[in-house]
Amino acid sequence: MQADLNVILPEIVISVYAIAALLFGAYTGKDKMAGMLVWLTAALFAVMALWIGASSGGGTRTAFDGMFNDDGFARFAKVTILLSAGAVLVLGQEYMARRDILRFEYPLLVALAVVGMMVMVSAGDLMALYMGLELQSLALYVVASLRRDSAKSTEAGLKYFVLGALSSGLLLYGASLTYGYAGTTLFSGIIDAADGQAPIGLLLGLVFVLAGLAFKISAVPFHMWTPDVYEGAPTPITAFFATAPKVAAMALVARVVHDAFGEVVGDWQQVLAVLSLLSMFLGGIAAIGQTDIKRLMAYSSIAHMGYALMGLAAGTVFGVQAMLIYMAIYVTMNVGTFAFILSMERDGQPVTDIRALNMYSKAQPGRALAMLILLFSLAGVPPLLGFFGKLYVLRAAYEGGLAWLAVAGVIASVIGAFYYLRIVFYMYFGEEGETLETGRSPVQWAFLMASAAVMLLGIVNMFGVETMAQAAAATLVN
Amino acid sequence: MIGLEHYLTVAAALFVIGIFGLFLNRKNVIILLMSIELMLLSVNINLVAFSSYLGDLVGQVFTLFVLTVAAAEAAIGLAILVCFFRNRGTIAVEDINVMKG
Repeated sequence: MQADLNVILPEIVISVYAIAALLFGAYTGKDKMAGMLVWLTAALFAVMALWIGASSGGGTRTAFDGMFNDDGFARFAKVTILLSAGAVLVLGQEYMARRDILRFEYPLLVALAVVGMMVMVSAGDLMALYMGLELQSLALYVVASLRRDSAKSTEAGLKYFVLGALSSGLLLYGASLTYGYAGTTLFSGIIDAADGQAPIGLLLGLVFVLAGLAFKISAVPFHMWTPDVYEGAPTPITAFFATAPKVAAMALVARVVHDAFGEVVGDWQQVLAVLSLLSMFLGGIAAIGQTDIKRLMAYSSIAHMGYALMGLAAGTVFGVQAMLIYMAIYVTMNVGTFAFILSMERDGQPVTDIRALNMYSKAQPGRALAMLILLFSLAGVPPLLGFFGKLYVLRAAYEGGLAWLAVAGVIASVIGAFYYLRIVFYMYFGEEGETLETGRSPVQWAFLMASAAVMLLGIVNMFGVETMAQAAAATLVN
Repeated sequence: MIGLEHYLTVAAALFVIGIFGLFLNRKNVIILLMSIELMLLSVNINLVAFSSYLGDLVGQVFTLFVLTVAAAEAAIGLAILVCFFRNRGTIAVEDINVMKG
C-alpha cells in the first residue's frame, strides 16, 4: 500500500494542494488571491515537472496491481503537460486580471484537470483511464464557461459539455464491451485476450474507445466542437485547451493501442490512418476561410493532431517517438502563438480578427518577426523546428508501410501552409490601417520570444528531446 | 430463460436511443442531458450483465464509478445550463447559435 502511494505521490500532492487552496481561497480574500494562486500553481507545476523529470532513471513502476503505470512514457508526457499548463497559466494571468475574469477557482480547476491528465497518461486499466479522463473533462467544461456573463463563453461550455459527454458515453460503451470480451479491465489482461485473433466484440470495443478518444483530441470526424469552443472560451483558456489536454489525450491513445491492443496492430492502424488523413485535410482546407484567429488556431490544431496520429498509425517504436517529439514541438509553438494572440488588443479590448494585423510589422518589428518564425514553424517550413517534427512523423509513416499516408501528409501540409502565410502577408504587406496597441505584459513578450528562439535554436539538437522521446517510446512498445 | 444476449440487446437499444436523442432532438437542452444519462446507464446494464456472466466483481465496481461520475457530470451540465439561461433567456437547442458550426 505504501509503495503504491509512493508511485502516485505527484498526483496526490497536486490534488491536496488544489483542495487546500480551494478552502484557503473560499475563506479568505477570494478573487484578490487569484493572481497569487496562479503563480503558486504554476510554480508547483514546475517543481513537479522537475521532480518527475529527475526521477527519469527510476525505470518502470506499477501501482495498484497494474492499474497505474509510472514508466518513461508517462513521465515524458507528464513533464510536457505540467510545463505547458504552467506556462499557459502565467501567460493568461494579466489578460484575465485586466478583464476581471480571474477567479481564484481558475488555477485550481486547471490543477485538477492536470491531475486528471496525469492519471490518463499513466492509466493501466480501463477504470483508471475513465476516471482520469472525466476528472480532466469535468474541470475543462467549467473553465470553458468561466466567463459566466458572456453568451459566447457559456455557449462554448454547453457545446463542449454535450459533445464531451457524448464522447465519454462512446468510450464507456467501448470499455464495457472490452471488459465483457476480455474478462478484465486491466490493459495487461486485455492484451492477452487479444493475442492472435481478437474476438469481434473486443474489436468493437476498441473502435468505440478510439472514437471516444478521437473526440478528446479533436480528430475529424469528431472535431465539430473544436472551433466553437476555441472561439467562445476566453483566450487564455483557449490556449490551455490547445496544449496540455491534447498531449494527454494523444498519449492516452498511444497507451491504449500499444498497452491494451498491441497484439492487433493491423486492426487499429487503419482506424488511426483514416482519422489522421481526414484531420490533416479538413484542418488545412477549412482554416482557409477563417478570419478569426482563434477559430483558425482550432483548425490548425485539428490538422496538427492529424500529423501526430500519423506517427502513431505507423504502429512502431519510432512512430511513438515521432508522436512524442511532434507533440512537444506543437505545444511549444502553441504557447508562443497564444502569447501573441493574447497581446492582440485595441483600446483595451481583445481583437481576434486577423485583418487587424495589417502592417503590424511596422509598429512592432520584433514581435512580428517572432510571430513570423512561429507561423513558418507551424506551417512546417524548413529549417525551423516544426519542419523536423513533420519530418519525423512522415518518416515513421513511411517506414511503417504507410507511404500513401506520408504522401498525403506532404500534400496537406502544402495546403495548410497557405493560411499561416496569409497571416504573415497581412503583417508584412497588408494595407495601411488602424494598428494594434502594444501588448503590455512582459510575460507574454518573454514567452513569445522564447518560443520563437526555441524554434530557431532547437534545430541544433532539439535540446535533447529526441533521445528522451526515444527512451520514453521504448518503454511503451515492447 | 433470459441470458446475457438479452441484457446486451436492451443496453445496445438504450444506447442507440440515447445517441439519437442527442442528435435528433431540436427542442430542449434538458432532453440532451437526459439522453446523456440514458447512454451512461445503458453502459451500466452492460457492465453488470457482463460482471454477472463472468462471475467477476470488477464490472460492478466499474458501475459504481460510472454512477458517481454521471452524477457529477449532470451537476456540472445543469450549472452550465443555468449560466446559459441567464445570458440568453432560453434553453431551446436551436438557440445555441451565437457561433456558427
